[in-house]
Amino acid sequence: MKTLRFLLLLAIVLLPGAVLAVQPDEILADRALETRAREISRHLRCLVCQNQSIDDSDAPLARDLRLLVRERLVAGDSDTQVYDFVVARYGDFVLLRPPIKPITWLLWFGPALMLALGGIAVVVWFRRRPTATTAAAPLDAEDRARLQRLIDEDGA
Amino acid sequence: MRAIVLLPVLMFVLIAGFFAWALLGRNDASLLPSALIDRPAPAMTLDPLLPDLPGLDVAALKGEVVLVNIFASWCPPCQIEHPVFMKLARENAVPIWGINYKDKPEAATAWLQRLGNPYKGIGVDPQGRNAIEWGSYGVPETYVLDREGRIRHRYVGPVTEEAWRDTLAPIVRQLRQ
Repeated sequence: MKTLRFLLLLAIVLLPGAVLAVQPDEILADRALETRAREISRHLRCLVCQNQSIDDSDAPLARDLRLLVRERLVAGDSDTQVYDFVVARYGDFVLLRPPIKPITWLLWFGPALMLALGGIAVVVWFRRRPTATTAAAPLDAEDRARLQRLIDEDGA
Repeated sequence: MRAIVLLPVLMFVLIAGFFAWALLGRNDASLLPSALIDRPAPAMTLDPLLPDLPGLDVAALKGEVVLVNIFASWCPPCQIEHPVFMKLARENAVPIWGINYKDKPEAATAWLQRLGNPYKGIGVDPQGRNAIEWGSYGVPETYVLDREGRIRHRYVGPVTEEAWRDTLAPIVRQLRQ
């Protein structure tokens, strides 16, 4: 009884995740093409919601674009041709993974650049510290005599 | 050594400046730039919505500066911009061509009968597929085409009086020179 209740609860919790934006009438009969369409759809941004892929989005425009992707695939386009077709109309913004080009260099390489700068800063910091400690002046005769006195007192 | 003390201050100013620019400037992230700027308008011939008015043949728009407006009778912001287009049509300010997006012909016809028709011609796009050719992502959208039939500007959202006066009219004027 407890197991059954647990399974039922699990199903209720997990079920919403299984609800897809892709409607049955959109799905292609050709399994291979459909798989490619799903993969492409996952990488295309829904321009209405902007932070969802068209594969996730229920927006009517997302559905139109899903149908368009499938249409292009059926017409014999390669994946690259499908992406190019959509990018030609909506720009790079439609790609959830921005392409590497001069304008996106800062985006792609910025974090590595920051890490390198931080590394350089740390190296410079540690290089400076030891020179400050070793530069301490050696004890003169008076200090040495005083030190010796203290050691002797302690030993006595 | 003294200069390094100023580094946190400098970084604060940099970051605060960036936030100020992003928050206070008119940088609405939902307004996307068009990928088709300075590119030829997509060639298409759309069937007319009204029997006594032409449809939309994009190739035939060459020769003068025009607006192409994507609209629908079910779209409230389209109703907001409609009086502005009516005024522009009365004043012969600029020819306006329409693309009727995912609409029922009866609904669109009734809408135009009620509010007036500012369009030189209206082509229908019942499936919304032709709007995709324009890189459209919603209604209303208004495109400014130059004499060579290239898209020179896209305005997303309702063309209010201010939008016309401050944004679109100067572009149209400049393209006519």
